[in-house]
Amino acid sequence: MSALLEVNNLKVRVEDREILHGLTLTVNKGQVHAIMGPNGSGKSTLSHVIAGKPGYEVTDGEILFEGDDLLAMEPDERAAKGVFLAFQYPVEIPGVATMNFLRTALNAQRKARGEAEMSTPDFLKKVREVCTRLNIPQDMLKRGVNVGFSGGEKKRNEVLQMALFEPSLCILDEMDSGLDIDALRIAADGVNALRTPDRGFVVITHYQRLLNYIVPDVVHVMSHGRVVKSGGKELALELEESGYAQFEDKAA
Amino acid sequence: MNVALLKPAPEHAPNDLFADARSRLPGTGPVADVRAASFADFAARGLPHRRIEEWKYTDLRALLGQVAPLAAVPDEAALARAKAALAKLDVTGTTRFVLVDGVFAAELSDAPDAGVTLRRLCAVLGDEANAVRADLLRTNATNDVMVAFNAALATDGVVLGVADGARPEKPLHIVHVATQSAVSIATRSFLQLGKNAQATLVESFVTAEGAHDYQTHDAVVIWLGDDAALEHVRLVEDAHDAANISTAIVTLGAKARFNSFSITTGAHVSRYQAFIRFNGEDTHASINGINLLKDRQHGDATLVLDHAVPNCDSREEFRAVVDDSARSVFQGRINVHPDAQKTDAKMMTRALLLSDEAEADNKPELEIFADDVTCGHGATTGALDDSLLFYLRARGLPEKEAQAMLIQAFVGEAIETIADDSLREAAETAAERWLKARS
Ligand SMILES: Nc1ncnc2c1ncn2[C@@H]1O[C@H](COP(=O)(O)OP(=O)(O)O)[C@@H](O)[C@H]1O
Ligand SMILES: [Mg+2]
Repeated sequence: MSALLEVNNLKVRVEDREILHGLTLTVNKGQVHAIMGPNGSGKSTLSHVIAGKPGYEVTDGEILFEGDDLLAMEPDERAAKGVFLAFQYPVEIPGVATMNFLRTALNAQRKARGEAEMSTPDFLKKVREVCTRLNIPQDMLKRGVNVGFSGGEKKRNEVLQMALFEPSLCILDEMDSGLDIDALRIAADGVNALRTPDRGFVVITHYQRLLNYIVPDVVHVMSHGRVVKSGGKELALELEESGYAQFEDKAA
Repeated sequence: MNVALLKPAPEHAPNDLFADARSRLPGTGPVADVRAASFADFAARGLPHRRIEEWKYTDLRALLGQVAPLAAVPDEAALARAKAALAKLDVTGTTRFVLVDGVFAAELSDAPDAGVTLRRLCAVLGDEANAVRADLLRTNATNDVMVAFNAALATDGVVLGVADGARPEKPLHIVHVATQSAVSIATRSFLQLGKNAQATLVESFVTAEGAHDYQTHDAVVIWLGDDAALEHVRLVEDAHDAANISTAIVTLGAKARFNSFSITTGAHVSRYQAFIRFNGEDTHASINGINLLKDRQHGDATLVLDHAVPNCDSREEFRAVVDDSARSVFQGRINVHPDAQKTDAKMMTRALLLSDEAEADNKPELEIFADDVTCGHGATTGALDDSLLFYLRARGLPEKEAQAMLIQAFVGEAIETIADDSLREAAETAAERWLKARS
């Protein structure tokens, strides 16, 4: 099994405060890793640094994606190479029609990879297929990106993009928040449909519930900017019963 | 050719300018008297500068130095160059009234639709049987010095009338084409909509290839009768080193609808000042626009609304996209007169600054003398939102493309207020051209 993502001893500061204190994580191709942990433990920070969000200072460590130095790449280069982050809080972009955004983004990624633009009929066909599978009404795509969407609709729009762009590394940051149980099941099916031996997933969640639908290979517990425990899927169940308090103490 | 000879002498005084132009300016008797008085007013006050409150952000003395001598009457070659410029216009399917270097060009213009009357300003001013002809150069709406200058020097323009109940299908389109350099071009046009008439007025300001450094001094005077409706779109695409000083004076009857949009992408210095008066009840006016400015461009939109009667609504939203060391100015004044109860007036300005040197000035003024009114104003100024930029980049858009998408969204939301599809597309094209030149 070859490594898709390697995070080694990552230390990250935000506004002079260290948030990640030497985090290490390796995701192999074909694997689903779950990251659980209390609010404020640094889960979103990790996802942002992997995606290349400005404002974070990496003071130590490295992130390799398929062996390449991810931190040296622009955010759009990372996307073109197959890194995808489904945001915990997707932003609203007034005035940008969702359909136009999707096509522009897809073709920008293809162009960066040296592939030809996707034709409009092919694109429309693909969007229709994905929308049907994820039970997303096409009307949603006529609106501005996420504008006036409910929390659940925003999350579904993230999964839609993931299904459309077919990235090789999918990071899902609290995809379950805001989704009711039916929507959660459909979204999880969308994720599971992408599970192939070439892809890897990092599923960040606060609750064990999501992991009933997206069954992980490895579960990590994060606390105060570090991975404090790793195990199999049974670790998630254990956490559900005993809570995070035990780890809070250890890291404090 | 000696280039120096083509430039106006720096010591060319304003008085010489009027003396030189006088003999060719149309109108005798009372018309000539109004011109002389208007020019004397201009000569006494001079170009407005920063200590004149209404012009404090747009100091024409500093920006223009002086007014250029009046353009010559266009010759055959000039008309041919104007014709080439017209062929490149984005706005098509209109009834064109073409003014070349300030002179109506019949051979480049269209015949008006049924229900529309067309006369040339110079013909009306020269019609000695018309006892009120000099009134066209007088205005009580404003004491503005540049309007006085325009009255003194306007060489021509169109006087348009739309009959009661008439609804001309095609937009009425006044096209200003500049072909000469280092000159002033002064025009004044009129549009009167009869009762229950409906029309669209488009004003385009364009440049023939090779024309530079000219000054456009235009005024348009508009009356809407009771129940009349006017869609108004202006597109300022003058040469990058030209100046465009334009005034609109609008009087609205009862139950009238006025929907106006102005887009400026051209001209080194531009000022659009609109004086809009509500004279009849239950009228709605919506006055919007956007300035797209880069390099050292200076673009000013100044609106003065007079709610003189009760029960009228007004909505104003002006946006600006400002790059490099350009500067955008918005001044909005709303006067609510003592009787104008139930006035509902809102004004908004939004500026998007794309560089550290870019500047946007905003001066809202509410002067309210009635007690039962809803009036408000708001303003936002800022850079592109970093979190939106990052979202787009995380989806694969390179930085410039992500910026362009957000700028386009900002512009697009403004342009949406244009009701006519083809005019909205023309405004979008002008904006896209500006964006392309940027990247
Ligand atoms: N932009 C920021 N500025 C300052 N502190 C931040 C910022 N982003 C996150 N933090 C802090 O970093 C810590 C980790 O936050 P986050 O990564 O969002 O945690 P999680 O996703 O696990 O809830 C928190 O203490 C939070 O307050
Ligand atoms: Mg989080």
